[in-house]
Amino acid sequence: MEHSLASLVAAAEGVGLAEAARRSELKYNGIDRETIDRNMTEVLRVMRQSAEKGFDSRLRSMSGMTGGQAPKLLEAAIKGETVGGKFLGRAAARALAIAECNAAMGKIVAAPTAGACGILPAALLTAQEEYGFTDDQLRNGLIAAGAVGEVIAARASISGAQGGCQAECGSAAAMAAAALVFVRGGTPQQSADACAFALMNVMGLVCDPVGGLVEVPCVYRNASGVAGAFIAADLALSGIPCPLPPDEVIDAMKAVGEQLPPALRETGEGGCAGCPSACGKK
Amino acid sequence: MNLFDLIGPVMIGPSSSHTAGAARIGRITRQLLGEKPVKAVVSFHGSFEKTYQGHGTDRAVAGGLMDMGVDDERLRDSLALAREEGLEISFRPVRLRDAHPNTVVLDVTGETGKRITVQAASVGGGSILVQYLDGLEVGFSGEKTTLVIRHTDAPGAIAMVTHLLSGMRINIATMRVFRREAGGEAIMAIELDQRPGENLISALKILPGITDVTLLDQI
Repeated sequence: MEHSLASLVAAAEGVGLAEAARRSELKYNGIDRETIDRNMTEVLRVMRQSAEKGFDSRLRSMSGMTGGQAPKLLEAAIKGETVGGKFLGRAAARALAIAECNAAMGKIVAAPTAGACGILPAALLTAQEEYGFTDDQLRNGLIAAGAVGEVIAARASISGAQGGCQAECGSAAAMAAAALVFVRGGTPQQSADACAFALMNVMGLVCDPVGGLVEVPCVYRNASGVAGAFIAADLALSGIPCPLPPDEVIDAMKAVGEQLPPALRETGEGGCAGCPSACGKK
Repeated sequence: MNLFDLIGPVMIGPSSSHTAGAARIGRITRQLLGEKPVKAVVSFHGSFEKTYQGHGTDRAVAGGLMDMGVDDERLRDSLALAREEGLEISFRPVRLRDAHPNTVVLDVTGETGKRITVQAASVGGGSILVQYLDGLEVGFSGEKTTLVIRHTDAPGAIAMVTHLLSGMRINIATMRVFRREAGGEAIMAIELDQRPGENLISALKILPGITDVTLLDQI
């Protein structure tokens, strides 16, 4: 794997991010193309299945705090009632559905974590619905997202306990933004810029799960995270360059994570978890 | 790290550490026991104790003890399945000293009466660390094929084992040895790059001073 987005972009020159990632997996981890494609096919299948399951209005988490809400947003989107438009409404509903499926002990794909599992699939599956991308394009998008995620994980963190929610939902949005740029035919540099925009836009986001559970605000942050991914991708695709080098933005995210007090890093004490009404939930 | 650490694992939610990691701890304990468990007393420490119901940590451990993987959809219903299968399982809080916040102690009895105690921690992203087996320090992750050998501390005991492994061209990735006291009960936890055949296990079992050999598959 590459340790910087700069070197990943250089490796992708002329071949694209997904191909660069395939070559790198073979070289450094001994994972061949067939294995990657087979696994990504299964990943895509589970992602679709988790969205479907999440749209069941009877779904409830163990604690009962979340579940069954995503169908409401989907219905509003389908009826054209979502103020952000049908497309964004559907994407947010799908991200919420997958996150609710996770909270209810359903089967999901951690991307990069279980708590942030709705963002990447919602971005790609909704884009496919809208623009007709093939499954093959989606698999390549997932690989591109993974390559960007590896750099984030290596340079910073993808753990809420270490880096706050910026490291979980932020990283997921950054990976999704890079993947969206990729499937829309943007350049590797634009993918890197989209990744940086997404991280920049949630810099400092704290991890504050009510009762210490991956539910509130996590499932709703998945919905907002996918919206952030589309905005970041569109910023980059429209030709706006990221004003800061993407690797420096990742490093800044890491530094901010280290500066966050423990109460805002998945301990279930501060932020939303610290609301008087949230205390005592479990 | 590889691509599938970022796009994956496929798992039952909601938490890689509190659900997937807990299931892996249950499953590796089942392997260490080497037979069907009939009774398990599960003690949760730290964050595990505070949030185990909401994260399904109890269900995950029970499912793992019944040999379910992290992506097994039966994990959600594992407590009912345990009752059906005759596994009597109970959960209680424990306060351990200097332990990782996501630590669990399992006291498990198998169908032949074999009983073991395992202490393990879920250290993040679904990764685990098995710390103690029957009070003996081990320290392995289950990410590689692992040999756990119980023996009596004596000069040459380690050399005999490594000699057998090298003869079969099996490479040792990591190795930890721990003993209760000089000349007393001891344990080796050896992570391997290749999976040995049954012939190695049989050969190890007849070595002098070796009391038990368990081969754990990657989980």
